[in-house]
Amino acid sequence: MMEFLRARTWQEALAAKAERRDALPIAGGTDVMVELNFDRRRPAALLDLSPVPELRGWHQADGWLAVGAGVTYAELTGERGQAERRELGRRLRGLAIAARTVGSPQIRNRGTIGGNLGSASPAGDCHPSLLAARAEVEVASVRGSRRIGIDDFFTGVKRSALAPDELIAAVWIRPPSGPEQFAKIGTRNAMVIAVAAFALALDPERGLVGTGIGSAAPTPVRALAAESFLAGAIGDAGLWESRRPLPEPVMSEFAALVSAAARPIDDVRGTAGYRRHALGVLARRTLGWAWRDYCEEAR
Amino acid sequence: MSRATQQPSQSVSGQPEGLIGTSARRPDGRLKVTGEFAYGSDLWMDDMIWGVTLRSPHPYAKIKSVSIGAALATGGVYAVLTAQDVPGDNAYGLEHADQPVLASGVVRYAGEPVALVAADHPEVARRAAGKIVVEYEPLDPVTDPVAALDPAAPRLHPGGNLVRHLKIRKGDPEPAAEVVVTGCYQVGMQDQAFLGPEAGLAVPDGNGGVDLYVSTQWLHVDQKQVCAALGLRPEQVRLTLAGVGGAFGGREDLSMHVHACLLALHTGKPVKMVYSREESFFGHVHRHPALISYEHGAGRDGKLVYVKAVIHLDGGAYASSTSAVVGNAGTMGAGPYVVPSVRIDVYGVYTNNPPCGAMRGFGSVQAAFGYEAQMDKLAAALGLDPVQFRCLNAMEMGSSGPTGQVIDSPAPVAELLRRVERMPLPAAGSGGSGGSAGSGGDLRQLPGGVGNTTHGEGVVRGVGYAVGYKNVGFSEGYDDYSTARVRLENVAGEPVVSVHTAAAEVGQGLVTIEQQICRTELGVGQVVVVPKDTGVGSAGSTSASRQTYVTGGAVKHACELVRERLFTLVRLRLELPGAELVLADNLVWLRTGDDGAGAGPAGLIGDFLGDEVIEETVQWRHRKTWPVDPQTGQGFAHVQYAFAAHRAVVDVDLELGLVKVVALDCAQDVGKALNPQAVVGQIQGGSAQGLGLAVMEEIQVRDGMIKNPSFTDYLIPTILDVPPMRIDVLEYQDPHAPYGVRGVGEPPTISSGPAIVAALRAATGLELNRVPVRPHDITGT
Repeated sequence: MMEFLRARTWQEALAAKAERRDALPIAGGTDVMVELNFDRRRPAALLDLSPVPELRGWHQADGWLAVGAGVTYAELTGERGQAERRELGRRLRGLAIAARTVGSPQIRNRGTIGGNLGSASPAGDCHPSLLAARAEVEVASVRGSRRIGIDDFFTGVKRSALAPDELIAAVWIRPPSGPEQFAKIGTRNAMVIAVAAFALALDPERGLVGTGIGSAAPTPVRALAAESFLAGAIGDAGLWESRRPLPEPVMSEFAALVSAAARPIDDVRGTAGYRRHALGVLARRTLGWAWRDYCEEAR
Repeated sequence: MSRATQQPSQSVSGQPEGLIGTSARRPDGRLKVTGEFAYGSDLWMDDMIWGVTLRSPHPYAKIKSVSIGAALATGGVYAVLTAQDVPGDNAYGLEHADQPVLASGVVRYAGEPVALVAADHPEVARRAAGKIVVEYEPLDPVTDPVAALDPAAPRLHPGGNLVRHLKIRKGDPEPAAEVVVTGCYQVGMQDQAFLGPEAGLAVPDGNGGVDLYVSTQWLHVDQKQVCAALGLRPEQVRLTLAGVGGAFGGREDLSMHVHACLLALHTGKPVKMVYSREESFFGHVHRHPALISYEHGAGRDGKLVYVKAVIHLDGGAYASSTSAVVGNAGTMGAGPYVVPSVRIDVYGVYTNNPPCGAMRGFGSVQAAFGYEAQMDKLAAALGLDPVQFRCLNAMEMGSSGPTGQVIDSPAPVAELLRRVERMPLPAAGSGGSGGSAGSGGDLRQLPGGVGNTTHGEGVVRGVGYAVGYKNVGFSEGYDDYSTARVRLENVAGEPVVSVHTAAAEVGQGLVTIEQQICRTELGVGQVVVVPKDTGVGSAGSTSASRQTYVTGGAVKHACELVRERLFTLVRLRLELPGAELVLADNLVWLRTGDDGAGAGPAGLIGDFLGDEVIEETVQWRHRKTWPVDPQTGQGFAHVQYAFAAHRAVVDVDLELGLVKVVALDCAQDVGKALNPQAVVGQIQGGSAQGLGLAVMEEIQVRDGMIKNPSFTDYLIPTILDVPPMRIDVLEYQDPHAPYGVRGVGEPPTISSGPAIVAALRAATGLELNRVPVRPHDITGT
C-alpha cells in the first residue's frame, strides 16, 4: 500500500516531509509516474506538492531571480502563463531554450523545474543551463532553509545533495549579463531524451563564462577548464570591450576542452565517441551564436 | 414524374451516400477521435480477475525446476499455471507449431512465457509472479544468424536451425557483364510499435468452453491454435474482435490468447490480460533483421544482365511467418526490374534472438534496402541518372519476374518514378538564416529540431529515389479465401443491410469499405457492420494488403447473390420476368428503352422486400497460386503485385549526423481507390513507417537481450520527423481483382526508407549500408 499525502501549503509540505522522510515528492509527475507505472519504484508514500501556492511563482531579490520549484517548463519557455511569467523566458534565455526541448506540450505543461532537479538525472534538460548560470538550489526543511551551489547539488546518477527531510523550494539564478545558449542532441527531432546537451552563458560584467554538459557524465557537469580558458582568452585580448570576432584558435580550443570535460559512456542512445565529438561541435556552435549576439547587442 | 428518365444518382437528398470511390466516413471515426472507442485494453467485466505472465530472463537456458508454492499462497491469487497445465498441444505457430504456450524444459529467448498468474488485482498478480522460483541453467545463446547455420552450432529445434532456404535460379547460371557492382547491407530489427498493447478478456462459459475477446489480425487462425492448445473443439472456443489499436503484422501471432483462456478455464472466472508497453516489446514478433549481399551486372547500354544475392533473415527463437518472409525476400529480391539472369539464396534462420515474423511489407522491405542501393551504385558506375537507369530496366505488364511469373496486370514502374521525379522540389532549406534559438528561422524545419543544434551550420541537402513492389494476398499455393454474410431486411420500415465478416479491422478502414461495397451493390444507405467474430467463417488475415481485395471480393459477391434474389422478387411482383433492374438510392430502378440507357424508379426497395429477409453467405477466393519449384524457385507464386515509388529530400547536419526529412513524395498504383482518403492515409502511414526504419526505429539486441524496450528509447517518428507528402494515386485497374483494386497498405513502406537512405548518401557521399542510419554512422565518430 502506498500512502498519498497532499500538502496545501509550504509549511504543511515541510511538516509532512519531516514526519515521512520516505515520502517521494511529486509535482508534475512526469518522472515519478513513469517509474510507478513501470514498477521501477514503489515508495511508501507520495507527497503531492502540486497544490502548494508558494512554489508556483518567481520573484527578484538583490539581482537574483528566485524561480519557484513548481514553475513548469511551459512557463519557462513562455508558451504558457500570464505576462509576468512570460517575462521569465525573456530573462532566463538559456533555461527557456532548454525547457522548449522537453517532451511534448502536454509534458511541458505538467513538468516542473523542481521535479527536474529532484530526479537529478544526468539527462535532465534544465541542468546544463543552471550549471552555466551558476544557479543555487534553495532547499528547506522544518529545520530551516539553505542554498546549495548547483555544482554541489548533483552527487551521482540520479542522486542529489538533498537531505531526507528536505524539499526543493526554488532555484536562484543571477541572470548572466550576456547571451545564453543551449543545444541538445536527440535521435529524433522532438520528444527525445538528450544524447548529449550543452549550455553556455556569457557574463561580460563579471568577465565570466559558464558551461554545462548533460548526458555525458554520471552527473551534469561544468567544463571548468573550458570556462576559464575562454574567459581568460576573451579578457586578455580585451574582447569583452572590443566585441571583435573570436579568433578561430580560441573557438577550437574551447570546443576541445568542452569535449575533454565529458566522461561519456556507450549506451542505447549513442556511443561515447559520438557524444564527445558532438559536444565539441555544440560548444563551437553555441559559442558562435552567443558571441554573435553579444557583438550585435552593441550595435 | 420528372425523375423518370434520370440516371440513378447519389445526389438525391436523404438517399445513400458513401458508395465506392467516395471518401465515406468511418463508422468508428467519431468514437476514435473523441476517445470513446473501446480498445482491447478497455475490456471490463465486474467479476473479472487479472492475468500476468512470468517471462524468461535468459535468451537460452534449461529450466531445471519451477516452484510456484509461494506465489500460489499469496492472498488474492486464484491460479498459478505452468507448462504442465496446458491440456492440449503445448505448441503453436502460424506455419510451424514450434512455439510452446508455456516453456517446458528450455527457454529459447529472453521474454519467453514460463508461467501465468491470475489474481484479483494486476499488481497482486505481478507480485505473486515475482515469487515464482524458476531454476535456470543458462546456455550460450546463438545470436548470429549466419553462425547459426554452422553444423557445429547448437541445434535450437529438433530439425536444426534452418527454417527455410529458398533458391531462385533463372537464366544463365554463369552470367558475365561489362559493369559489375557489389554491396553488403544490413537491416535492423524494427518493431510494429502499435499504440494499443496486446489485450484480451477470456470468459468461461460454464460448460468447458470459453469466449475470448481479443485484439488480433485473424480470428480464425487464433481460434485454431487456441483450440489445439486447450484440447477443445472450435465450437467451444468463440472469438470476438476487441478494439484494435494498430497491428502492422504484430498481432498475427498469438500473444495472451491461450494464456487468458487457460486461466479463465482454470479459475472459472473472466480473466483479463493487458501487456504493459515494456512487455509488449516481448509479447509480439518483430521485423526480421537481415544481412544482405548483392552482386549486379549490367551492360554498357544500361540494361541489367544479372543479379546474385544471398540474404540471411534472423527469425529468432520460433518460426512464426519466417517461411513466407523468406518467400517474399527471394521471389521479389531482384526488385521491380527486368533481370534476365537471377541467382538468389534466402535463408530464414532460428537463433536465440527475439522471434521475428510479420511486419508490413515483410521480405520486400529488407530486400529493397539492398537492391535499391545497388541500383544507385550501378547508375553511378554507368554514368546514368538514377531514375533514368531504373526506368530503363523497369518491369511492365508482360514482363517476366525472377520466378518466371509473367506480370499480367498493369505494372507502371517507370511511370511512378517519372511522376515523383516531376513533382516540385521543396524550397531551399532555412539553414543559415536563423538567428539565436527561436528568434530567427524555424528550428523545427532543421535537423535536430527544437534541440537547437544547428542554425544551418553543417547542413547539406540530398535527394534520393526508390521504387519497390510487394505481393498482395497469400502466395505460393495457399488457399486464401474470405467469408462474407450479407443480409437485407426491413427494420422499422426501412431497408437495412447487415454485413458480417470475421475480417479484423485494425485501423485501416475495412469496416468503411464493407459499408461502401454494400451500399454500391444493393443501393441501400443504411449498412450495419456486425461485430467481427468467429460466428461466421474465416476472412483470412488482415495482412498482406489483402482484405479490401479478398474480403471486399467476398462482400461484393454476397451482395450480388442477395441482389439477384431481390430482383427475382421484384420481377415476380412486377410480372416482368425479363426486366433489367438496378438498385440505387433505396430504390429499384427499371431500365427502359431498347438501349437500356434510361431508367425509371419501379418502387422502393423496402416495399418490394416487405417481410422477406434475404441472407447469403459466401466463401470467395482469389485466383489460385502455386508453390515455387524447390530447386529453381520458378512458378506462379503471387496473385497480384503492387508498386510504389518515392522521392525523398533530406537535410543532413554533416557534423552531428542529425537528419531532417524535408519531403517524402510518393506515387502509387492502387488499381481502384475504393475510398480515396483511406488510400492516402495508408500511403502516409506506410511512408512514415518506412522513414522510421531508415533513420531511427531499431530494437537493439545484444547477446539476445532487448536493450530498449520502451518508447523512451525505441523511437518512432513524431510530427516533426515526418514531412508533408505529395501523393499521386494512380488507378490502373487489375482485371483479375474485384473493382480492379490493388492492395495499398504495404508498398509505401517498402520504397520510402530506401529513398531516404539514397538521399542521405547523395548528401553525405557515404556508403551508409546499414539501417537505421544512426548519427555516428554519418559523423564516423
